[in-house]
Amino acid sequence: MSNRLTKMSFSTIMLWAGMFFLYVPMFILVFYSFNESKLVTVWGGFSPKWYGELFRDQQILDAVWTSLRVAFFASTMAVILGTMAAFVMTRFKRSWGKMTLSNMITAPLVMPEVITGLSLLLLFVHMADLFGWPAERGMLTVWIAHSTFCSAYVAVVVSARLRELDRSIEEAAQDLGATPLKTFFYITVPMITPSLLAGWLLSFSLSLDDLVIASFASGPGATTLPMVVFSSVRMGVSPKINALATLIILTVSLIAFISWYFARRSDKKSLVPAM
Amino acid sequence: MKKPLTFKLPKGQCWTIGVPYFWLLLFFVLPFVIVLKISLSTAAISIPPYDSLVSYADESLNILLNLGNYLLVFDDSLYLYAYLGSLKMACITTIGCLLIGYPMAYAIARAPKEKQTLLILLVMLPSWTSFLIRVYAWMGILSNNGVINNVLMWLGVISEPIQMLNTNFAVYIGIIYTYLPFMILPLYATLSQLDVSLLEAASDLGSRSLNTFWKVTLPLSKGGVIAGSMLVFIPVVGEFVIPELLGGPDSLMIGKVLWQEFFNNRDWPVASALAIVMLGLLIIPITLFHRYQSRSMEKDA
Repeated sequence: MSNRLTKMSFSTIMLWAGMFFLYVPMFILVFYSFNESKLVTVWGGFSPKWYGELFRDQQILDAVWTSLRVAFFASTMAVILGTMAAFVMTRFKRSWGKMTLSNMITAPLVMPEVITGLSLLLLFVHMADLFGWPAERGMLTVWIAHSTFCSAYVAVVVSARLRELDRSIEEAAQDLGATPLKTFFYITVPMITPSLLAGWLLSFSLSLDDLVIASFASGPGATTLPMVVFSSVRMGVSPKINALATLIILTVSLIAFISWYFARRSDKKSLVPAM
Repeated sequence: MKKPLTFKLPKGQCWTIGVPYFWLLLFFVLPFVIVLKISLSTAAISIPPYDSLVSYADESLNILLNLGNYLLVFDDSLYLYAYLGSLKMACITTIGCLLIGYPMAYAIARAPKEKQTLLILLVMLPSWTSFLIRVYAWMGILSNNGVINNVLMWLGVISEPIQMLNTNFAVYIGIIYTYLPFMILPLYATLSQLDVSLLEAASDLGSRSLNTFWKVTLPLSKGGVIAGSMLVFIPVVGEFVIPELLGGPDSLMIGKVLWQEFFNNRDWPVASALAIVMLGLLIIPITLFHRYQSRSMEKDA
C-alpha cells in the first residue's frame, strides 16, 4: 500500500510542478506589464502607463476590431457547419456520404497550419483568376479559412454531447408527428446548447489566436491582431505587448471561470472536458 | 457487422449532409489538389508567380509537368536538413510532453470527481489565451537580459548572461510549453474512463504498483497516448511561429523554410512542393490520429 502512496504522490508532485511550469511565464508577463521602464525585463518601478499607450495605438485597436468581427462570424459559421456534421456522424445511417464527411471533418484538426494556409491562399488566387471572385483577399477570405478549421473542433465537441444524449426523447417527438427539422430545433438544440456554446467559444478563441492561416489567407485589406502582435514581437519584446497580453489573459480567464461556474450549476456534464 | 452502404437519403438528410460536405470539398479538399498542381508548375515573374500547366497553342494542347521543384527539394541539403530538423524537434518534444503530461493527466484522473473539471480547466486555460503571447512570454524569460539571466547574475551564479534565446533549447521549451495541454487532454479522457476495479484486482493478486502501471494502466490508455502524441507531433513538424521567434539561425525547421520560400522568395511552386512532401511525411501519423478520432466520434453511447 505504501508503494501505491508514493506513486500517487509522484504524479501529484508532477501535476503541481506542471501547473507551475504552465502559469509562471504568464505571471511574469502580467507582472512586467506594470513596469515603468521601456526595457521589459528591467524593473523600473510600478506604472500603468503602457495600458494608456496601448489604447492610443490606433493600429492595434483597428486590428482588435477586425479580429473580433472575423472571430464572431467565423465561429457562428463553424457552429452551423460543425453541428450539421456532428449530427450526420451521430444520427445518420452508415453511408458513403457519411464516411467521407467524417473523414474530411476531422482532418483540419491535425493539419499543419502552414499547409492549410498555403492551400487556401492558392485556392483563392485560382478562384480570383477563374471567376474574378474573391477580387481581393481580406476579411471574407479569413472568415472562410477560419470557419473551415473551427468547424472541425465544433464537430468534435458537439458530437460528444449528441452521442450521450437520450435518443428516446427525440424519437418520442417524431412518433408524436414532429418533423425531423422541428424535432431538431425544439428538442435537440435545447439539450445540446451548452456544447454549442462551448464550441462557439472555442472557435472564437481559436480564430482570435490564429496567425499562420490568417497571414496566408488575408490580403492588404485586413490585418488581424495576431499579425500586428507578431510583426511587433519579431522586433523584440515591448511593454505594450505585455499590457495587451495581460488584458487577453484576464478576459479569457474571466470567461472560462464564468462558464465553468454556470456549467457546474446547470449541468454536471460540464463544457470543459470537451476541449 | 458491415451494413450495406446506402446512397439514397431523404431530402432533409441530403441538406444536412450536403452543406458541410460541399463546404469542406470546396475549402479543404480542392485546395490540396491546387497545391499539387502548383507544385508541378514552373516559377515565373508574373502575378500569380507561376506558369500554367496547360497551354493551347498552334492547335496543340500542351501539358507541362515540371518535376524540377521536387528534384530541388530532394537535392538541396537545406531542405533535407530542415525536414530532419523538424522531425527531430517533433520527436523530442512529443516525448517531453508525454513524460510531463502523463503523470499530470494521471493525477487529475485520480483526483476527486468535483475537482477534476477545475483542474482540467486550469490546464486548458493557457491554451485558450493566445499562442503567440505564450511564446512571447518565453522571449522575456530566456533573453540575455531576461528573468532567468537576471536572477542568476544577481545570485552570483554566473557573471556573463547565458545565451538561451535564439537557440534550439529555447525552441524545445517553447514547443513543450505551448503543446502540453493538447497532450494532457486526450490522456485525461482515457485515464478517467479507466476501470479502477482492474487496478484493484491487480493489486489484490499481488502485483506491485509499478508492475500494474506497465501491464494494466499503460496498455489501457494506449488510445490516449496515441491521440495526444499525434496532436503534438503533427503540428510541431509544420511549426513556424516558435522557431521563428525563439530559435536562431541553426534551428532549421521546414515550416519556417516553407514560409520563407513563399513570402520572402515568392517561389510558390517550391513552397507547394515542400508542402506536398511534408504531407507525405505526415501521412502515417495523420492516419493514426484519424482512425482514433473517427472511432471515438462514431462510437455509439
